[in-house]
Amino acid sequence: MNILVFVETSEGKIRKTSLEAVAYAHAMGGTVTAIALGKADANELQSIGKYGATKVLHAVDSKLDQHVIQVYSSVLAKVMQDENADVLVLANSSLGTPVAAKVAIKTNASFASNVTELPNTSAGFVVKRSIYTGKAFANVELKNAKKIIAIRKNAAELKEVGGNAPVTNYNVSLNDADFNTKTLSSEKATGDILLPEAEIVVSGGRGMKGPEHWGIIENLAKALHAATGCSKPVSDMGWRPHHEHVGQTGVKVAPQLYIAVGISGAIQHLAGVNSSKCIVVINKDADAPFFKAADYGIVGDAFDVLPKLTEAVLAAK
Amino acid sequence: MKILVCISHVPDTTSKIAFVENNSKFDTTGVQFIIGPYDDYALARAIELKETMGATVTVLNVGTADSEPTIRKALAIGADDAIRVNAVPTDSLFVATQIAAHAKGYDLVLMGRESIDFNSGVVHAMVGEMLGIPSISPVMKLDIDGTKVKMTKEIEGGKEQVEANLPLVAGCQEPIAEWKIPNMRGIMSARTKPLNVVEPQSIEVSVVNKSFELPAPKGAVKMISADNVAELVTRLKTEAKVL
Ligand SMILES: Cc1cc2nc3c(=O)[nH]c(=O)nc-3n(C[C@H](O)[C@H](O)[C@H](O)COP(=O)(O)OP(=O)(O)OC[C@H]3O[C@@H](n4cnc5c(N)ncnc54)[C@H](O)[C@@H]3O)c2cc1C
Repeated sequence: MNILVFVETSEGKIRKTSLEAVAYAHAMGGTVTAIALGKADANELQSIGKYGATKVLHAVDSKLDQHVIQVYSSVLAKVMQDENADVLVLANSSLGTPVAAKVAIKTNASFASNVTELPNTSAGFVVKRSIYTGKAFANVELKNAKKIIAIRKNAAELKEVGGNAPVTNYNVSLNDADFNTKTLSSEKATGDILLPEAEIVVSGGRGMKGPEHWGIIENLAKALHAATGCSKPVSDMGWRPHHEHVGQTGVKVAPQLYIAVGISGAIQHLAGVNSSKCIVVINKDADAPFFKAADYGIVGDAFDVLPKLTEAVLAAK
Repeated sequence: MKILVCISHVPDTTSKIAFVENNSKFDTTGVQFIIGPYDDYALARAIELKETMGATVTVLNVGTADSEPTIRKALAIGADDAIRVNAVPTDSLFVATQIAAHAKGYDLVLMGRESIDFNSGVVHAMVGEMLGIPSISPVMKLDIDGTKVKMTKEIEGGKEQVEANLPLVAGCQEPIAEWKIPNMRGIMSARTKPLNVVEPQSIEVSVVNKSFELPAPKGAVKMISADNVAELVTRLKTEAKVL
């Protein structure tokens, strides 16, 4: 089985979820080729081999530095053909998923997004995917000869299995017609840990009373090397940016540890966090529904508990 | 301008999820169905565009007769007419194929970034690909200036300003518009607005739902005293092993 993995880069750095995609492809068995498009750090490209790729392709063209979905999908469909790939694996992301959808049409591949586990090939080719916003799973069979899998965080364990892999330049011929959208500008939180990829998330809800109190959330997040998140009313009121909004209509997260502070635990919020390995809830109301979904709970005032918790985390380092 | 808004008919966000018939079928007992929340944003923006710049708004749903109350609600909110492709929406490719078959001739195709039942988040991209026009998602702001469309799209950890020409497909999310609630006049007029039922295109099945399952149940919560938060840190390290 020939497996192609699309590795996403951000400012030249390889996304962690893309390395998970490489690890996933390796665990599937078969030959794993990785491809990066546009600006990418040379050392990082080589190190993809550590996670199981035997070959790394790099399409170098400054026009690829802009993440134009149509362009990426044309290039990937071509690479799938050139490399005779049976399966394309990539991260479920704002770039990966729509790119994969277009590649699926171009190559007549069966496609599943939000995949959470390795395929079961005992009868057909069946993958498990998250549905109803994390409230259930579906086992879906990919019928076509070519298959595309967009994996969710934690679908494969990220461990080193090999050494550096050779990096070869891949010559692209880009089609002008594919540049049908133009990115004018982008605003990105710099230096932050990306919420969908974070191992630890500290989220605040309406119980934080106002944006001016986010310092104590950020202090705890900093001590834990965590990303920060929030409930929907918090982003609706503009206390925090929309991309931090976690839940059914926001970002779905799957960290090792999710700490919810001053969040009641409405079903729509839980839907976005129920894949977390461990959930800690801090709420002054002992009857808050979130405690039912938590592993650990503290009944207390956030303004009192958070500084103490941050101190305890720092002390335990 | 002609706008097509594609809506899904999905369980209300507070629904408890369960399966019947040996985990092969979704249990609809006691479940209320709604317009997909993201699709509701798409519809609201379409109605705003109709009001501000003049447009006709057609809603399209791929679904069985059970979807009709949901479609009528979209008509009550302000869509002019509706198409129901009479089929069970089995997978994204199937739904995208049905939409693409009807979307030619529209200047703008709006839908939610994803449905909240299967959460695939790919129909907009597939439709764009099938029609050979740009597709952008998730769109948080969309303004039209002649044939140019200026959009704000969310990315991990931020947002981008994007531009493309009509026709295009957009997968929408908040805060693109405020959800609209039907008023009495809307509800009355929705009854007589055209709802055309058409038969689906047949396509080869490429993805099959074999079975469903629920996540493993959670153990009981362990409570820790607010006077002893250091214990939480210890337990997270030694017991849960997440620090
Ligand atoms: C279609 C739809 C989609 C939705 N999608 C989402 C979604 O994606 N994400 C989401 O989060 N919500 C979503 N919601 C909204 C959801 O239903 C809840 O309204 C929301 O999650 C509540 O946010 P909250 O817990 O921050 O606020 P509240 O419900 O107001 O809860 C605040 C909590 O803070 C506690 N508190 C107050 N003061 C303190 C203090 N000093 N210390 C400690 N605790 C304190 C209170 O006891 C309370 O439990 C959606 C709703 C709908 C209808």
